[in-house]
Amino acid sequence: MSRREDFIAGVTATTPVMLGVVPFGLVAGAAAVGAGLSLLQAVALSVVVFAGASQLAMIELFGQDATLLVVVGTALIINSRLVMYSASLAPHFTQEDRRWRGLMAYIMTDQAFALSVTRYAEGMESVTRKRWYYLGTAAPLWVVWQICTVAGAVVGASVPGWLPLRFAVPLTFLALLVPAIQTRAHATAALVGGSVATAGVGIPYNLGLLVGALLGVAAGTLVAGQTEGSSSGVNPEEVGE
Amino acid sequence: MTSPDAVVWLAVIVAGLGTYALRASFLFLFERFGDVPHGVETGLEMVPAAVLSALVVPAVVAPEGAIAVIGNGRIPAALAAAAVAWFTESILATIVAGLLAMIVIGAV
Repeated sequence: MSRREDFIAGVTATTPVMLGVVPFGLVAGAAAVGAGLSLLQAVALSVVVFAGASQLAMIELFGQDATLLVVVGTALIINSRLVMYSASLAPHFTQEDRRWRGLMAYIMTDQAFALSVTRYAEGMESVTRKRWYYLGTAAPLWVVWQICTVAGAVVGASVPGWLPLRFAVPLTFLALLVPAIQTRAHATAALVGGSVATAGVGIPYNLGLLVGALLGVAAGTLVAGQTEGSSSGVNPEEVGE
Repeated sequence: MTSPDAVVWLAVIVAGLGTYALRASFLFLFERFGDVPHGVETGLEMVPAAVLSALVVPAVVAPEGAIAVIGNGRIPAALAAAAVAWFTESILATIVAGLLAMIVIGAV
């Protein structure tokens, strides 16, 4: 197989995933403008942060005039799962050039990680082949994400009033949440995270969100520890955005 | 009500750098540290469920900043959307179902 063939195989694998990325990107663009961000800020968010769920959370918080610490803290907690992906990919790329690794890190997504690790497990020997397959899965997602957020930001400004577009943001999170609940531990994490965050809506600086998320993770981890042995935990491919 | 421009720009830059560091972490440090400790891995696996729920539930149950059940159309709309998410696992179908439900409830 040539580099080109491996790259194309990655692109092919990622194509069905686009179906979920396109509306998500449109919502992210439209929500940014809706929350009062400029087009340039909306684009910068997509290019610099490039992580959908955290972008939407940041946009919601910007719209509520949250403080810097809360916005950044929330984004980093949401994105902490990327450490898990980085660790799963790392053993395949210990021989890889650092510049390639730097690029791979920038375009890392849930989808590219899941598709690549699954493909490597089916057998793919050389680092070069693995690199091009990964780039094939990751690069199109980056391009589509940027186009969709710009389109969403432009179109979002002229959405008719009867369309409750602001509600599309929690709906997107909901669409990611449902498949992320794989085990009782996940259900516990969701239950605790959701209720604590709701009970804490009155807490200043939107800290209820952060406290809820952290307690949810703690509760889920506790339950996962108790059920360990009887179940092997979650398949990382199926963890949501 | 929107955050000042300076806060937005600073947040974009700091969250961007931090997110890059999270992505790069093990790709660069694996040789030195090896695998993620098991306990940490379990914790990370819980992050999506906990965080997404902490984002969704208050946005549905307390959209104006206080818990509201009566007359809150977001609750039935979100339940309908959750059912669609469960059966289709499609982001597009979930958004469309939730928005449609919201429009219908608003019209009733």
